[in-house]
Amino acid sequence: MRSVIDILDLSVEEIEALIACAQDIIERPVAYADACRGRKLATLFFEPSTRTRLSFEAAMYELGGNVLSVAGAGTSSAAKGESVADTAKVISCYADIIAMRHPKEGAAMVAAMNSSIPVINAGDGGHCHPTQTMADLLTIYREKGGFDNLTVGFCGDLKFGRTVHSLINALSRYTGINLVLISPEELKLPSYIKRDVIKKKNIPYRQTTDLQEVMPELDILYMTRVQRERFFNEEDYLRLKDSYVLTPEKLRTAKPDLAVMHPLPRVNEISVAVDKDPRACYFKQVLNGKYMRMALILMLLKEAGRL
Amino acid sequence: MTVDSIKTGVVIDHITAGKGMELYELLGLGDLDVTVAIMKNVSSNKMGRKDIIKIDGDIRLNLNVIGYVDPGATVNIIKDGELIEKKSIDMPLILSDVIKCRNPRCITTTEQELRHVFKLSDRENRVYRCIYCETKGDA
Repeated sequence: MRSVIDILDLSVEEIEALIACAQDIIERPVAYADACRGRKLATLFFEPSTRTRLSFEAAMYELGGNVLSVAGAGTSSAAKGESVADTAKVISCYADIIAMRHPKEGAAMVAAMNSSIPVINAGDGGHCHPTQTMADLLTIYREKGGFDNLTVGFCGDLKFGRTVHSLINALSRYTGINLVLISPEELKLPSYIKRDVIKKKNIPYRQTTDLQEVMPELDILYMTRVQRERFFNEEDYLRLKDSYVLTPEKLRTAKPDLAVMHPLPRVNEISVAVDKDPRACYFKQVLNGKYMRMALILMLLKEAGRL
Repeated sequence: MTVDSIKTGVVIDHITAGKGMELYELLGLGDLDVTVAIMKNVSSNKMGRKDIIKIDGDIRLNLNVIGYVDPGATVNIIKDGELIEKKSIDMPLILSDVIKCRNPRCITTTEQELRHVFKLSDRENRVYRCIYCETKGDA
């Protein structure tokens, strides 16, 4: 059974097809309003999340389908000690497709190994979050018209930021990409991603701690939040959380067609004043995420023979 | 020093000097009720020094363990005093239940009876990664 656990589970051609489908949904939403009638999406969220769960649920409703929802491990059988494998087997009896978030890394893979219906990883700890990357890709595509020959800056928590790791992996498959990695020393991109992805594919990159220095070069600025839940030590979190705050002043040297992205939620790493800047794309990302999730649900249900 | 030759069993030869005990542990040889000899720092024309393990008994070894710990080692199968097979061991692509994932956030720390599976991600540097969380594995 085909599931999507990692963004690299999708080929470049499949990403293209999903983007084309999402664009078609945007242009002709009525044509898709009954596409999943009679089908059920189970959203299993064992870790706090509002937006991703609502995005999946909104996606399924806009396709005319229904939603079964489990929000919070405290209210589910997981609190009684049920394994992820058993949960996946049980939910397979009720639903047609699963979207799952879990605090443990690899949980979605275990669910997929035991499920008889497709599983979409909606975030497994600090590991993967492929549908966020799909939202990012559609946003870049719509803002820049494609993925080739872009200088992309990633700023903030590049160590624990799973959205950063996934997007770097996804972009590494296109030509002419330049990466600029902006972070404090303690939150630098893990060396294995630099070695296994960036250096392996000969992608030009530079690392810096100074956002202002590189701002004029960037086509995309991908800001990230320093995530409290990824730290074992509260002191380290407090020391690093305000490393970078994007303000209108800092954007003065940026290109006029820069796209400022952020996977949200932000805490204070982007000033609210930036929201009015036409280069701010982070709320567009949210909407794009819903369209890409619609396209993915359609693709997986068709492949599973459930549409 | 001499160690008796074996009639039927396995000789793991050309073990990098110092890796014999690690192999002994990971292969679970301490749990066997057959004679096992570990020879450390044996003189070798090819390697200078090497370790050798002799197992006096008709047993099946997990060759993936040997390939993971010391891919240059050779395995000789002895039957009725004759060498019937000599195997060179390469690094396995998949390691199942040989090492454990040490990432406290990995699903293997909580999921009941989940196998610890690693895949070879970098042959040159002999790096294995957990298939669930991609954390680097070590013995």
